Amino acid sequence: MDLDESNLLPSAVHPMAERIERKLRESMAIEHFDIADTSGNCGSSFAVTIVSPDFAKKMTLARHKLVNQLLSDEISQLHAFSQKTLTPEQWAKEKGKA
Amino acid sequence: MSFARAGFRTLVARTSIILAQRRALSAEARKLIDSAVQENPLVVFMKGTPETPQCGFSRAVCQILDVQGVPREKLKTFNCLEDQELREGIKEYSEWPTIPQVYIKGEFVGGCDIVLSMHQSGELEKLLVKEGLVPELPPLPEGEK
Repeated sequence: MDLDESNLLPSAVHPMAERIERKLRESMAIEHFDIADTSGNCGSSFAVTIVSPDFAKKMTLARHKLVNQLLSDEISQLHAFSQKTLTPEQWAKEKGKA
Repeated sequence: MSFARAGFRTLVARTSIILAQRRALSAEARKLIDSAVQENPLVVFMKGTPETPQCGFSRAVCQILDVQGVPREKLKTFNCLEDQELREGIKEYSEWPTIPQVYIKGEFVGGCDIVLSMHQSGELEKLLVKEGLVPELPPLPEGEK
């Protein structure tokens, strides 16, 4: 489920990816954002990585529900959607390990 | 005057959308899902079956549970591809937009992402042991003293 380098495309490539990023940035403080088209560039499946201080004090399920709510319109149009939600501290730790 | 009318129209439109969404889950279907998750300690709503998963995410969840040592008979699965009403109804029931969906002791745990990260962090093993779904100690592999 990891984002593979070869899958990472700039969000300008697909309008849905742009929409997802825009919606999230409108409602959340985003420190880092990645979106990958996991549908072979068909724009029907995406995997996102969201790093936000808004996730602090929230369990993973609550974080995913928050994102699901913000993107309920978009997700309902997609075939698949997966997400990785980290606080800035968790993101820094993960980067340090790599 | 036009303000009030616009507001009312939005309210009607929004209510219709909510009602339309609600119609995906009949009272009967809700009861069936309720009893399924209450009566079985581990339930996975998936695409396909553990033997023949029909989706990479569903397959991943089954593999993880298998690696964790959950005995096959403790795994209760529902194939959402066989039942269109279930496929839409479970999303409404759980208020979760995707499949697979994992329930443990009647509580929604998450989808593939969450189960995978819980597996990697050790949280899943703890939960499965706590709920008696896997034995506390792993069985010794054959041939070892």
